[in-house]
Amino acid sequence: MTDKDRLSQVKNLLKALEEGDEQTADRILDEIAGVRESQLFIEVGRLTRQLHDAMVHFSVDSKITEIAAQEIPDAKERLRYVITMTEQAADQTLTVVEDIVPVARMLNEQATKLAENWERFLIRKMPFEEFKGMSQEITEYFNESVKSLEIMQNGLNDILMAQGFQDITGQIIRRVIAMVEDLENGMVDLIRLSSAKAASREAAMSSVELPGPVVPGVDDKHSEVATSQDDVDDLLSSLGF
Amino acid sequence: MKILIVDDFSTMRRIIKNLLRDLGFTNTAEADDGKTALPRLKSGGIDFLVTDWNMPGMSGLDLLKAVRADPDLASLPVLMVTAEAKREQIIMAAQAGVNGYIIKPFTAATLKEKIEKIFERIDN
Repeated sequence: MTDKDRLSQVKNLLKALEEGDEQTADRILDEIAGVRESQLFIEVGRLTRQLHDAMVHFSVDSKITEIAAQEIPDAKERLRYVITMTEQAADQTLTVVEDIVPVARMLNEQATKLAENWERFLIRKMPFEEFKGMSQEITEYFNESVKSLEIMQNGLNDILMAQGFQDITGQIIRRVIAMVEDLENGMVDLIRLSSAKAASREAAMSSVELPGPVVPGVDDKHSEVATSQDDVDDLLSSLGF
Repeated sequence: MKILIVDDFSTMRRIIKNLLRDLGFTNTAEADDGKTALPRLKSGGIDFLVTDWNMPGMSGLDLLKAVRADPDLASLPVLMVTAEAKREQIIMAAQAGVNGYIIKPFTAATLKEKIEKIFERIDN
């Protein structure tokens, strides 16, 4: 309604009142009030739509709530498991080193001693009685060194296996990074929304299709997880493997 | 006997390679995902495949499916060594035609046992 329309309405209202035409005057008053009401109505409608849009966006951003309630505690558990695994690997490696070093030192000492005696024997500076003792020592050394080298070989294998932590912890950390990225995207969207620019969400959160390494206390709460190689073997044999 | 080891983590490839060497398999090759493994397999000369599942590019499961779908490779023995331990995943791998399934972390004894079992089946 333009100002001109309003002015003519007021003029008509005055005219009607002067003429005592109450019916016309009431009608014009209703019209003027109606305009006000419909403008208010439009405004309320606009606000309602904004609120609705905001609610819709907010429910999309309930992803953040989910991350906060579920994924962050899970991520903490996963990271704790990373600490446990790296600690175990370090302990395992150090234990083996501590076990092996004295064995290697002993072999070295024995070999050095035998080599000295052997040298004396070669240049014929060894009495026969001592030679008998030395040949006994050599026999013992051979027996001893076979055992020692076996210990060392097993130890090296244990060190090798301990390095498996890197793969498992690497996978777990990648997952936590993905979660942090999800959270970051959600926060950015929330900020955009609150600054009333409600940009359409680009969604496209990279969905992790594979569940990845089983973290104790996080992934093994449900029975559908194989927690040991035996579980896997049982399952496969039940499938006819 | 040439074995191809496929894993995106080089440490795991080295571990498996060393364990295999201990078991007497000295002839090994490596690839870091299915995409690089498949052409390697297609070019021939690989008798046994040890693969991880979760890898960027092409996963171990997709690699397994591609192997089974290729007439030249269909009968290649495939051992999966993976951290995926959900029943659903294990069943999926079984249905895709895996010959053995080991979950990480694993032991040298497990690897030995599964490889021997696969060869036993092939020989029969």
